[in-house]
Order: sequence, then C-alpha cells, then structure tokens
Amino acid sequence: MRKPFAITLDPGSSLANHTGSWRTERPLYVDRLPPCNSACPAGENIQAWLAHAEAGDYEAAWRKLMEDNPLPAVMGRVCYHPCETSCNRAQLDEAVGINSVERFLGDEAIKRGWRLESPKKSSGRKILIVGAGPSGLSAAYHLARAGHRVEIHDAGPFAGGMMRFGIPKYRLPREILDAEIDRILGLGVELKLNAKVDNILETMQRGRFDAAFLAVGAHIGKRAHIPAGTSARILDAISVLRSMEGETKPMLGRKVVVYGGGNTAFDVARTAKRLGAEEAIVVYRRTRDRMPAHDSELEEALQEGVLVKWLSTIKQAGESALTVEKMVLDDKGFPQPTGELETLAADSLVLALGQDVDLGLLQGVPGLEIKDGVVKVGPNMMTGHRGLFAGGDMVPSERTVTVAVGHGKKAARHIDAWLRGTIFSKAGNHEAASFETLNPWYYSDAPKTVRPTLDIVRRQSTFDEVIGGLDESNALFEARRCLSCGNCFECDNCYGVCPDNAVIKLGPGKRFEFNYDYCKGCGLCVAECPCGAIKMVPEEI
Amino acid sequence: MAFQPIKYYQTGTFTVGNRLLPPETRSVQADLRRTNSLNSGHRACQGCGEALGARYAIDAAMRATSNQLVAANATGCLEVFSTPYPETSWQIPWIHSLFGNAAAVATGIAAALKAKGREEVRVIAQGGDGGTTDIGFGCLSGMFERNDDVLYICYDNEAYMNTGVQRSSATPPAARTATTMAVGKEPGNLFGQGKNLPLIAMAHGIPYVATATVAELHDLEAKVKRAMEFRGARYLHILVPCPLGWGHASDATIRIARLAKETGLFPVFEAENGEVTQVSRIRRRVPVEDYLKPQRRFAHLFTPAVRQDLIARIQDGADRNIAKYGLMEASA
Repeated sequence: MRKPFAITLDPGSSLANHTGSWRTERPLYVDRLPPCNSACPAGENIQAWLAHAEAGDYEAAWRKLMEDNPLPAVMGRVCYHPCETSCNRAQLDEAVGINSVERFLGDEAIKRGWRLESPKKSSGRKILIVGAGPSGLSAAYHLARAGHRVEIHDAGPFAGGMMRFGIPKYRLPREILDAEIDRILGLGVELKLNAKVDNILETMQRGRFDAAFLAVGAHIGKRAHIPAGTSARILDAISVLRSMEGETKPMLGRKVVVYGGGNTAFDVARTAKRLGAEEAIVVYRRTRDRMPAHDSELEEALQEGVLVKWLSTIKQAGESALTVEKMVLDDKGFPQPTGELETLAADSLVLALGQDVDLGLLQGVPGLEIKDGVVKVGPNMMTGHRGLFAGGDMVPSERTVTVAVGHGKKAARHIDAWLRGTIFSKAGNHEAASFETLNPWYYSDAPKTVRPTLDIVRRQSTFDEVIGGLDESNALFEARRCLSCGNCFECDNCYGVCPDNAVIKLGPGKRFEFNYDYCKGCGLCVAECPCGAIKMVPEEI
Repeated sequence: MAFQPIKYYQTGTFTVGNRLLPPETRSVQADLRRTNSLNSGHRACQGCGEALGARYAIDAAMRATSNQLVAANATGCLEVFSTPYPETSWQIPWIHSLFGNAAAVATGIAAALKAKGREEVRVIAQGGDGGTTDIGFGCLSGMFERNDDVLYICYDNEAYMNTGVQRSSATPPAARTATTMAVGKEPGNLFGQGKNLPLIAMAHGIPYVATATVAELHDLEAKVKRAMEFRGARYLHILVPCPLGWGHASDATIRIARLAKETGLFPVFEAENGEVTQVSRIRRRVPVEDYLKPQRRFAHLFTPAVRQDLIARIQDGADRNIAKYGLMEASA
C-alpha cells in the first residue's frame, strides 16, 4: 500500500489501549441503607415511597408505604418520627419533613378513597389477635393480606386501643383513626368488641385458632404511695384520658397537678387546659434533659400554658393543696431529696407514672417468661409458649404507636412463616449511608416546609387538631428535598465526570455500568456522586 | 429519549443531568448520544482535568455546530496523551503541527474553508497554558488582532505538565514546580501578576472571551455554545486541575476546581467586545487555605511552619478578584 512520505503505520484508535490495566482500585455501584429507613420502628421503606411522591405519583407512594404500615394518616400525626431525627439532610439545612408527607399521603388516601387489593387466596388458617390497638391492627392487616383468617378480640367498646383511649383528639382526630381502622377491617378481618379474653388457651381452643398474637397493651396506671387526706382527689392519667372518650368528662377542677414526665403526663395537662383548668402543672422529679417525654410534646404544652416544676416530688396530697419536695440530682443522675418543702394549690392530682400490663389472660399458660410485668418474646416475637406471639406495650420495648405497628408487622411475618413450617428471614441490611458518603455540594438550598399550627387560643379551649397538614404543592416540595442517601437517582454525574468515558449510561431507570476496560480507577465518580452510591474497592491482584 | 419520571429537582443544574430541566437546557454530557470527541484509551493520568475539560468543551462545540468542526492542537499534554502515533483518541478532524503555532494553523484552516465557501465548518484551536500564554502567544495575539474566525480554547493547568511540571507564565504565586523549587525565603513561584490571558484577550476587543472550570459543566457548555454564536476571534480559558503537577488526589480534580472558584482565586466570567457581561457568583465562600492545603505544590506554605505571610498575599489576590468582578454580589 502506498503511504504518504514518512508515514509507515495505518492510523488507529486509542480504543486499542485498554487503560483499565492501570487500575489498583475499582469503583462499584452500591445501594446503601438510608438512615430514615434504618431508624423507622415500623420498618418502612421511606426513601422508596418518597421517591414515588417526588414523581407526583401519590397513590404509588401510598401503596409502597402501605406494604409496611397500614396506618399512614395516624402515623403522620402521632409518630415521633425517628426518621427525621436521623435524616442526613439535618446536617445540611433541616431534616426532610417525612412525617408531614406521610400524613399527606394518608389523608389523600382517605380523601380519594384508595382501596387495597383483596387478599391473596385463603390459607385456611385462623389466627386470634387479642387487642385492637396499633400492634394488633397491624398484625391483623399483614396476616389478612397474606391470606389468613383473622379475628380480633378487644375488651373495649371501640377499636384503636391507646390510639383512641390514650392519645387526645387534638393530636389524632377520631374520624382519621376510624377511616384507617375501617380499611383494615375491610380486608375481612373480624372484630369482636367488648370481648375480653380471660384465658388465652381456652379461647384459642374454643375458636380453633392455629396461632395467637397478643397485643393487649398497658392500660393499668401505676400508683405511687402518696400519703393523702381522705378528701384529696387523686386520679390516674390513663383513666382521665379514657374517660375523655365517654359521655362524662373527668372533673379535674381549676388547678390540676400532673405527676410524671412522660408523654402521657403532658397529654393530661394539655387536656386539662382544654377542659377549662386555669392552671395545669406537671411535677417531675428530674430535669428536662432526663425527661422521657418527647421535646415536641413538651414544647407544644408550654406554648399552651402548661407549667412544669422540675426536680420535685409530691410528698403529700391534701384537699386543695399538695406538699412538694425539692430534689437534686446526684453524681449518677438520680434525684435525691433535699428536705426543702413547699405547698402547691391543687384541686386534683393526676398520676402519670407509667402503665402496667394486665396479664390476667396468661394465667396458667406454660413456658412463658414474665419479667418486670412484661412478657419476654424471642426475635421472632414468639413467647415461650409455641404458637403464642406477643407485641406492643406488653413486651419489653419502647412504648410508642410506631414501635407497636412494627411489632405487628414483624409478628405477622413470623406467624405466617411459622404456620407454613418455615422460618422468616429478612434479607441482610446494606451498609449505612452516612452523611460522610454524600457530596452535599450538589443539593440546592431548600429549607423545610413548616406545617401550620392552630392558634394558641383555640388550642387552650378546643380539641381541634393542633398541627395542620401540607397541601399538594408543599408536600411535593418536601418530598423532593430527599437526598436519596445511598441509592442512585440517576443524576448522570458519574457518566459526566469520568475523564475516560468509562461509565456506560444504560438509559432511564436502568442506571449505569462501569467499563472496566478503560476505567483507570481515579475515583472521581465516587467523589462527585451526590448520594454516595459508588465506592472504591481494591483490585484483586 | 425515553420518558423518565421526574425525581429530585433539588440538584438544580449542579449535577450533570437533571430531568426536570427542559430538554434544550440539559447538558450535552448527560446525553446518551454525546460525541465523546476525546474517546477512551487516551493516556492521560488518572483523574486528568484536561482530558475532562477537553471532552466537555469539544462535545459541546460539536453539538453547537451540528458536528461540523475542525480542531488544531498545540503541543502539550492534550496532544501527547491523546495522539501517540499512530493511535488517536479524537473522533473529530484534528491536526497537530507545532507547539507555538496552533492559532496560526487554525487561522489558515478558517481561511481555506472561507475560500472554499464552506463556512458552516467551524474551527477550534486548543492548547495548554504553555502553548497559549508563552510559546503560542504571538500567533494567538495575531489571530485576535485580525479577528480570525476561530475559537481558541486554553486548558489551563498552570505549568508545563507534559515535560515534567516546569513553570509557565500561568503558574500561580508560591506554587512549587520543577523550575521554581520550594527553597529560600520566597519558596515556589514568584509573586507577580503572570499573564492574565482572558484580560489580554479582552484588550484586543474581540467579540467573546470567557473563563470556566471543569467543576461547572452547565456553565462551561453554555459558554462554548455562546462562543459558537459569534463569528470572529473568540477565547475560552478553562481551569483544569492536574493531579500530577498540583499534587492532589486523583479523585479531587473537580473539588479543587470548585475551590479555585469558591475562594475567588479563579474568577469565572464572560465578556463581549472587551466588556465583562456576566460573572459567576461564589456560592459558598471559603478561605484560600481550603484550596491550597490539598495540593502538594503548596505544601511548603504549611510545613514545617505555616507561612501566614505568603498565605495572606494569596488571600489578597483572591479578595482583589472578588472586589473587581463582584463575585460576592447578590445576583440580579
């Protein structure tokens, strides 16, 4: 072949030069576990349902959410949202308002009447659930969807458990609760009210149940020994809140003192304010940072004029006054008496010192282990007695609605597996998507959308809902604040920043692949990935 | 392009792709069918800013000209790593002649195309800072002065990297190079104003001058597109960090370029007919230390003793840029 002067070789492409051989470390696409999902006691896949909401497909978002939690509208009101506490965006500006988006989705579902698909084919198995609280309802929902026959027995006149008899209306309107309970019952779950189970084994045998899930909750108010005159009015918090659901409202008087530092104490104090009390004082023996009540609950109570007496115990209760003793914290953080006394005017004293579980139905059941008034369960939520599972407030754990819902789901999965003679095993978790794995430069500034709050005056006199919801436009904005920690959202950064064209874009929804023939392992894609969905691993040599 | 549901608009134009943007404002680099003008298999170091900048710029120019493009290349890293005879990574008509004559070669190509009546084919000349600010300076100034129809792109990595990191007239003060060692009372390169080529280009009164960095893709692509809307001499100056010569990690290339802009050390702006028309504001201002510390060429400013005096002089330079170009002013 004739070539021009001084040319001896045919021109070639640099593609013949496989620069991948330079590499000592290779990038890998990974999926990491976002902190919200990791923190959710109900095991929701928050990032996944937020992703649907971001695209404006609220029904798909709701359905994704409902895979794990049947009570989104309730959750969006009463959950203390550990997801937001752990949200990586908090380190950037403010956490994503996951809870408010959840509430928006729950409310949309009620408003638009979204229905659940009918359960799978019947399994022929029958399961007894004792207690129609969050845990029992959650278990019923998941078991019914798996095709089992479910019967709930509840001692009360209405379903809902603590969601109805423990959480005041201004936090959870009853029509919302009813709508979500009705949806669960719509799956064919049978509900028997005013049906207290006295002997679990007997009830199971009589009804030919294959398994039982116990979720009776903790409804007995703890008493403390307080020397009191005969005319002193002492009530317990749970009875006060329960009677709010009945015809006759509790008589608390004009000056109400609540003893305790949990959420229930503040619920009672806020209720007392709404019932017309001039003064509602919470007496707590330790300090604010040691108080078990959530900060939001305390803040809202303080806004409504509830007063708190820190570092105080009640020594004695009289007809219209209490004797209070000042405390100090010792080195270990325990309160110690100082002997300093003062008098506090009070028409009534409400004890909010925690609740005990009525374990009467378990008498005579062999194999159970009961410690500190609660029933021990294994990692599969089964008690020491075969076929008897338990969850919610009656097992050792944090006592919140969300934890209870999580127990219900977990128990349902294990009961389902147990009935089929298998063992439910959860897929292993991905590694955590910590803030350090993100590149926050790429996210625009977008502060959190604040939910509207009811006027203080109306909060002190009515039981209207305190916290409002978001509308569609700001729910969408809020959902789109999600950083998608640890999971690729196809921003094309890796595809763009590779100096060697070694990233292959597979097209919408299909993500990317590395072309290891040319990837030199510089790590730019990892450094510039906004959401931390790529990592470098050493090459095997 | 297939439909994709919209997600995460909060990345704005910071990321390479964003499906919430209208199609005409999406980046060329996010496109499945981008030209990849500088293809895989080139011999640039890991994390090379110049390879990245060249692909960004030339792909954008290809899009802007409907692939009717010729490029003349000065000697330098870009030429050496892309085209070791007989292989090449270029997927466009491309010519290399000498170190100092890229502007002159491009002028000739443009004249030839004009003579042949093929003015739809556009011409680019490109080179590193050595081939632009030092060796090719005379040819380039001539090209500006005659207002030849060429876009000249300088990929500025602030020294002669290909031959072993020797100083150029674009090397910043205090930087260590093979010819400005970190010894003596004033280690590294001398404090002077160097040759600020964007300003020199503006002084020629040519239609369009702009600066950009590899950290802001959307901005860079918009400037290439804008440059192609003019006829006559145009100049684009792109800051491209060099992991080898600057002594930073290969995965830090974009971060370093971003810091150069966010400190104010490298002002990013646009000018038409000799007047500045737009500046890219600083988003999160940081002190120059943040930029200097990750680079070994500035290590002598921090060890064995921190040279506060020299750092302060560099900071002064950044502050002057911020004041001069209004880099901190709220955008209108």
